[in-house]
Amino acid sequence: MNSIVVKNLTKKFGSFTAVDEVSFEVKRGEIFGFLGANGAGKSTTIKMLCGILEPTSGDALVGGFSVAKEPDKVKQNIGYMSQRFSLYNDLTVEENIDFFGGIYGLEGNLFEERKKWVLHIANLEGKEKLLTSSLPGGIKQRLALGTAVIHKPQIVFLDEPTSGVDPISRRNFWDLINSLSAENITVLVTTHYLEEAEYCNNIILIDAGKLIAEGSSKQLKTNYIKVPIFEIECSNVVEAMELLEKQDFVGETSIFGNNIHVITNEKFKDESQIHNLCKSSSINVKRINKIIPTLEDVFIHLLEKGKK
Amino acid sequence: MEQIIQIENLEKSYGTIHAVQNISLSINKGEMFGLVGPDGAGKTTTIRILCGLLLKDSGDVKVVDKDISKYRKEIQKSIGYLSQKFSLYGDLTVDENMEFFAEIHNVKDYKERRDELLEFTRLKSFRSRLADKLSGGMKQKLALACSLIHKPQIIFLDEPTTGVDPVSRRDFWKILSGLLKEGMTIFMSTPYLDEAERCNRVALMNAGKIIALDTPQKIKEHMDNFVVEIVCTPVRKAYELIKGITELEVQMFGDRVNVIVKNYEKEIPVVKKLLEKNSVEILDNRIITPSLENVFMHLIKEAS
Repeated sequence: MNSIVVKNLTKKFGSFTAVDEVSFEVKRGEIFGFLGANGAGKSTTIKMLCGILEPTSGDALVGGFSVAKEPDKVKQNIGYMSQRFSLYNDLTVEENIDFFGGIYGLEGNLFEERKKWVLHIANLEGKEKLLTSSLPGGIKQRLALGTAVIHKPQIVFLDEPTSGVDPISRRNFWDLINSLSAENITVLVTTHYLEEAEYCNNIILIDAGKLIAEGSSKQLKTNYIKVPIFEIECSNVVEAMELLEKQDFVGETSIFGNNIHVITNEKFKDESQIHNLCKSSSINVKRINKIIPTLEDVFIHLLEKGKK
Repeated sequence: MEQIIQIENLEKSYGTIHAVQNISLSINKGEMFGLVGPDGAGKTTTIRILCGLLLKDSGDVKVVDKDISKYRKEIQKSIGYLSQKFSLYGDLTVDENMEFFAEIHNVKDYKERRDELLEFTRLKSFRSRLADKLSGGMKQKLALACSLIHKPQIIFLDEPTTGVDPVSRRDFWKILSGLLKEGMTIFMSTPYLDEAERCNRVALMNAGKIIALDTPQKIKEHMDNFVVEIVCTPVRKAYELIKGITELEVQMFGDRVNVIVKNYEKEIPVVKKLLEKNSVEILDNRIITPSLENVFMHLIKEAS
C-alpha cells in the first residue's frame, strides 16, 4: 500500500520551475530518502507534500488526501521536523510533549498513552523533568522527533534532521526512525550525508527540479554507474590525482588519505592504462582495486552528467 | 618525517569536566590529519589550544617548532583557523572580507594573494557580492580563503563541512587537495567517519582521550572482529531477532543488517539458524571490510 503517490508535481515561481513534473511513490512504513543538492527543489517539494505550498500543476496523494484539493486534511495526517527543532528551550521535556499534545488536540487517556509512547520510543524515560535547554543535541533531536509524531501520523517528514549531530547520537536517532517505521509510520527524510541514505529502503535523487534517479541503495549503485571505479594506493597521491584528472579515460577523482578514487568513463579500456601512466611518471603504484561506488560517487556522477 | 605539531601529555579541564585527558600526538608536515569523535569528546578544545585561543592546564605543545605557552602570537602568524561558525561579515563583499582578514593579519601586499585565492576557490566572479548573499558552500569557501590570506603553514578546520551539500563538499575536498600539494599541513576535526577516511591519519577521540591513532586503513585492519553483512528479508525482523536474542552488535540498513562477531565460524551459524528458524530469508552473507564507523562504535563500546 502506498502512503505517498506523487504525479507530475510541478511548482513554478514566475518563469523559474523549481519542481518539474516529479513523480514517485512511497510505500507505507517505508524509510524513504530524498536527496539533492541545495537549490535542487527538495524543500519546495516537501512543502507541497505537507500541504503548505500549492502546486502549480500535478498533484500528490499524501495519506490518501490530495495536496492540491485537501491541504488541511494532509496537514492533520503528517508530522514534520526540520533541522531547526521547534522545541521550547525554557520548558522541560514533559512540558514540551504536553504542549505539542495540546496543539494536536490530544486529551485524557489517549494523551497519557501517547506521552508514554513518545517517552519510550525516543528513549527519554527518566528525563521528563529536565529543562530542554540543558539537553545535549542528540537528545533534543529525539525529543523534537518525538513531539512531531505524538499524534501518530501516517507519515512523518524529516528535513535534514541530523545536520551537525555526532556519530553516536546519529545512530540512536536512526534507531528511533527504525522504530517508527516498525510501527508502520512512513518516514520521508532529506539529508546531505550519503552514508545516511544507506539506511533508507528507497531513495530518489533530484537535480534542477527533475527526478534523475530512484531505487534502493544497491540499485542506484549498479544501475546508474556502468563504468568501473578504482581505488589506487600509490606514492605522491596529489600528483597522481592531477595526472589522472587530465586523462581522457577519467571522469572524476578524489583523494582518500593515501588512496585515490578514480571514476573512469566510457573511454576506459583496462587497468594497464593506469599502470602505464603511473610508470611513465615515476609514480609507484602499490595496488589497484576495483571498488563498489559509494552513494556519493553515484550522486556526483549523475549531477556531473546532468551538467554536460 | 618532519613534525610540525608536537603534543605531549596535554590536559584541560573546565571545572570538574575533564575535557582533554593526557593526550600525546605528533602531526607530520604536509599531512591531512583528522580528529574524529562525538560531541563533547574534546575535539574543539584541542584545536583551540593548538591555535593559542585557549590556555592549557598542563602538558607541552609545540606548533611550528615553537612552545605555545611562550610564542602564542608568533604561532598565530603561521597558522589559519576556520571555526564551525564562519566568521564572515555579511554586509561586506567577498573582496572586502578578504581585505579585512588581510588587515587583521597585518598583510600589506595582499592583492595578489587574494586574487590567487579567489581563483583557487572559484569565487572570482562573485567578488563584489555581499557575503550574506552567497550560498552555504560559497560562504565556506570564502571563509577558507580568508583564513589563508597570510599564507599559513598549518590550517585548522573545526568541523568544516557541517550542513554543506555533497556537491559543495566534494568541491571543498578538491581545494584541500590543492593545499596539500602546496605543502600545507591540514588539521581538521569532524563528526563524520566517512570524511575521516580522506585523511592520511586519524585520531579517534572519545571522552577526552585518544582511543586510536593511525591511518584509516591500519585502524580498520586492527579491528579484531569481523563485520558480516547479511542481506535478508524481512530486514527488520532479522534486526530485532539478533538484537533481542543475541549479545551481538547489529546495525540495520535498507536491505541488510551488519553483525559484528568475534568468531565467524562459531557465531554466524548461530545467527543464521536463528534467522532461518524464524522464517527470515537470507539472500547473501559475507565478511566485509569494516568501515571506520564500525571500528569507532566498537572501540567506544569497549571503552565504556
